[in-house]
Amino acid sequence: MEVGKITWISGPVVKVRISSPLQMLEQVEVSDMHLVGEVLSIRGDEATIQVYEETEGIKPGAPVYGSGAPLAVELGPGLIGRIFDGIQRPLKDLAALSGAFIQRGFTAAPLSRETKWHFSPSVSIGTALTPGQVWGVVPETANLQHRLMLPPNVSGTVTWLANEGDYTIDTPLVKLSTVQGEVTCSMLQRWPVRQPRPIRERVAPSEPLLTGQRVIDILFPIAKGGTAAIPGGFGAGKTVLQHALAKWSDADIVVYIGCGERGNEMTDVLIEFPKLQDPRTGRSLMERTILVANTSNMPVAAREASIYTGITLAEYYRDMGYAVALMADSTSRWAEALREVSGRLEEMPAEEGFPAYLPSRLAAFYERAGRVTTLAGNTGSVTVVGAISPPSADFSEPVTQHTQRFVRVFWALDKDLAAARHFPSINWLSSYSGYRDDISAWWGAHQAPDWQDLGKQMMAILQQESSLLDIAKLVGQDTLPDMERFILLIARTIKEAFLQQNAMDPVDAYSSPAKQVALVRLLLHIYDRGRKIIEQGCPVGRLQNEMDLWPEIVRARATVPNDQPELLQELRTRVDAKLNVIGKDYGA
Amino acid sequence: MSADIPDRLITKLYRGVDEVYGSILGVSGVSGVAYNEDVEIRLRDGSLRRGHVLAVSEDKAIVEVWTGTSGIEPESARARFTGVPLQFGVSVELLGRVMNGSGEPLDGMALPVSDVMADVNGAPINPTEREYPRDLIITGVSAIDATNTLIRGQKLPIFSGSGLPHNELAAQIARQAHLKHSDEPFAVIFAAMGVRHDDAEYFRNSFEESGAQSSTAMFLNLADDPPMERILTPHLALTLAEHLAFDLEMHVLVIMTDMTNYGEALRELASQRGEVPSRKGYPGYLYSDLAALYERTGILKGKRGSITQMPILTMPNDDISHPIPDLTGYITEGQIVLSRDMHLSGIYPCINVLPSLSRLMKDGIGAGFTREDHPALADQLYAAYARVQEVRSLAAVIGEEELASADRNYLAFGEAFERNFIGQKQTEARSVDETLDLGWRVLSLLPQEELTRINTQDLKLHYVDKSVN
Ligand SMILES: Nc1ncnc2c1ncn2[C@@H]1O[C@H](COP(=O)(O)OP(=O)(O)O)[C@@H](O)[C@H]1O
Ligand SMILES: [Mg+2]
Repeated sequence: MEVGKITWISGPVVKVRISSPLQMLEQVEVSDMHLVGEVLSIRGDEATIQVYEETEGIKPGAPVYGSGAPLAVELGPGLIGRIFDGIQRPLKDLAALSGAFIQRGFTAAPLSRETKWHFSPSVSIGTALTPGQVWGVVPETANLQHRLMLPPNVSGTVTWLANEGDYTIDTPLVKLSTVQGEVTCSMLQRWPVRQPRPIRERVAPSEPLLTGQRVIDILFPIAKGGTAAIPGGFGAGKTVLQHALAKWSDADIVVYIGCGERGNEMTDVLIEFPKLQDPRTGRSLMERTILVANTSNMPVAAREASIYTGITLAEYYRDMGYAVALMADSTSRWAEALREVSGRLEEMPAEEGFPAYLPSRLAAFYERAGRVTTLAGNTGSVTVVGAISPPSADFSEPVTQHTQRFVRVFWALDKDLAAARHFPSINWLSSYSGYRDDISAWWGAHQAPDWQDLGKQMMAILQQESSLLDIAKLVGQDTLPDMERFILLIARTIKEAFLQQNAMDPVDAYSSPAKQVALVRLLLHIYDRGRKIIEQGCPVGRLQNEMDLWPEIVRARATVPNDQPELLQELRTRVDAKLNVIGKDYGA
Repeated sequence: MSADIPDRLITKLYRGVDEVYGSILGVSGVSGVAYNEDVEIRLRDGSLRRGHVLAVSEDKAIVEVWTGTSGIEPESARARFTGVPLQFGVSVELLGRVMNGSGEPLDGMALPVSDVMADVNGAPINPTEREYPRDLIITGVSAIDATNTLIRGQKLPIFSGSGLPHNELAAQIARQAHLKHSDEPFAVIFAAMGVRHDDAEYFRNSFEESGAQSSTAMFLNLADDPPMERILTPHLALTLAEHLAFDLEMHVLVIMTDMTNYGEALRELASQRGEVPSRKGYPGYLYSDLAALYERTGILKGKRGSITQMPILTMPNDDISHPIPDLTGYITEGQIVLSRDMHLSGIYPCINVLPSLSRLMKDGIGAGFTREDHPALADQLYAAYARVQEVRSLAAVIGEEELASADRNYLAFGEAFERNFIGQKQTEARSVDETLDLGWRVLSLLPQEELTRINTQDLKLHYVDKSVN
């Protein structure tokens, strides 16, 4: 329905003289090209709209059409494995319509109306259902059961149910009698992106999200339902790390948002993920992944929306009781989109031109992460990992600073480490995780009773190294006492053998928890034994030269396969044999 | 303006101008004007300027003039709204031609009849339709081929400083670039923004000498040309590149210099518009604006052509954290960083490999592409050279004589790496094998135990053991 006419246009922002009522945040269509937009403000008979497509060629006087509803996404089977733009237009379908270049005014339904899905009811006629309860299931992929849930605002008694069989997503499958009258549901639902989906309650995070990245899992872990930020200058390794998390994390579902970044990086995911195997299921990684791509050259307002589109999809799968991990690369581009639109609205800027509401928007976004009890009583989680691209790699800028207040894990990427090709370039002195205590019981019960301690010991060595290096920088290492030189040797080995992890190496890219623990134990064992020998008067040079297994220890991360951590045990036996020979001379 | 004149006719009418400020004209009493429409402004002396609609309301258009407003009198100037966004008539016949920054001929010949009129802003490539770039371009420059490989379809800028030999390096790359199994030449599109006459001349001569002139199109906005035009120039160049690569399936190398001048023109424009600045006075959308240029690179599925970009920028004060190099690095697929220190010690090309990066390298080297030992060799060269920097700063404090012997090895390696491996002649084109073998030779100045990024097999095969020889 036409709701008004355009009176003013500047980039993605247009003003409209309204002739019939519009709601705040209502989704609208602009001009006869039907460009998608959203109402930002209403003052008297003038509304301001941000448009998610290029506005070139649009003229004052062009009509604006209302939809009566806020910007929303479609939810149902068929989301997994697909790539959408920031307002959930399916990019493959758009390519079929408009070719290699994204042209305006083309739309395609986010979810196919033709595909048939195999539906099995999980309730029967007469069952009383509360909001969010599951009434049927669909195998969305070989390993993923898509649970059809009652919308969060509906409850009632089942009066009719379709038989098990193959249906399209818009076929009515269940009828309920509710206090508002009869309600019919199909597999398809909609949900407004800017509104968090309701839950019963939050629960404390207690399980790690295992990432297969050693420096993360052992030193700076993230919990399922937790929040993390990855700040880093260009080339520091944000994207490679986000991709690694998307590939190897033990999440059930991954939502990957390419927000204002490179086109080729999304292409890379599209090509690589289908070929990679999920280490847990043996199936293609694409069978658990949803991509949202609004690359840097796509319209800026849709970049702002892409974050909300992504997190709404994540919440939907969380509500089914799944562990979802969401990666947003990069939240700085989202904040800049906010700034650009704010500037066009001539709002009063706060720091560096960002609007004053930047921190509250950031907080609201990260608050949508969490481990929860769903409306139906299951446990599900959304873990959020946001990359930050600070101008000049200066972490004192507003987006980094504000984000730091709302996340509990901070993986600070370091450009000096990156320049030396120490990857992931997570700086061990300035990074932190607030989840160590929450998840140590899990590690204790499942992998290593001493997990907490292993990490602490390793950190202690790295901290000592840092102060020793300050001295060594002035006097050279050779003048330090043997014990201190030994600490430097061990710290260097920890960096090369453990902290560094080559994402391009087929073995090293992912480290199983067992291999991680075995590797830390090996390094700490050498540290303990070596110290004793040095205490007895052995010069560090002998340990360094006669114990000639150092290169092998450093290479172990790439040579020891994940399913053979016992090879590290074998290496340890050989290290011990060498140390025994040296130690004998000193009675150690 | 009476409402019953159809839009089609309005576009033909010339309107008076009511205000001029900065590079902006206010034109009132218009209707049917579209956002970002192309505008022609006729001056009293009959000369023409071009602009575009920056914002438009029901009866007033704000027009930004590309070539500046100096000399425009509101009383006599007339604006004509063309009804379409700015378009550029592209044609393969533009190869071999020299144009100014607005696409008008400078070589005294008429422009060819265009194949297509294309919107200079292009349109975003759908990521599902991109082909991931993998084909290595051999440049013959070791510091690039071994450690910062250029891939066909990549955007790889040169970060330089004033007075450093970026022009020489870019010209050498343009001259020597070829693929392993193909001698299909590149068409070269050269866009100059605010560069000096002699810089433009240098490129023109270099293309002439190598015989590439006939497959080169040059767009020249020189230092004394209107600053606003600098914004237009790369858009025209890339519009032509897209036509050649994606309509005619040619391989195109686009050299754009100097992106810093482009950014400064944008800043000037933003301040004239009265926009709220972000860092160092640059507009908040500088990132999006640069991305809209740099992302016009790559390969499309099912097409043989490609666009490879090599933007050049001078870092003000050699400062890599300045907004232009900073945002460029955030968008491009790596960067080649030139070093003043190396230049002063007489090394050409003075590429500092540590801050340099090729993000697409990982998929274009190794077995089946270059050589199996290439990825680990590159990684080890980086790691060892990073260590050289540490040792050098220690040596500066305690003196070279006080260094441990292991550290002295690193100094020797660093010297050889810079002089023999990175350093080469402007006319020297090394093969990939030559480059990699040279890499092994300098690396073998270090003891094997230090080379832990290389597996034992590769060490056995390639390490040059002097104790054996
Ligand atoms: N874990 C890693 N292993 C190997 N190389 C890495 C790793 N992380 C980053 N890199 C290297 O660093 C480059 C830049 O990383 P990227 O994630 O794209 O940086 P950013 O997103 O921070 O700009 C990559 O192209 C790759 O060469
Ligand atoms: Mg990145």
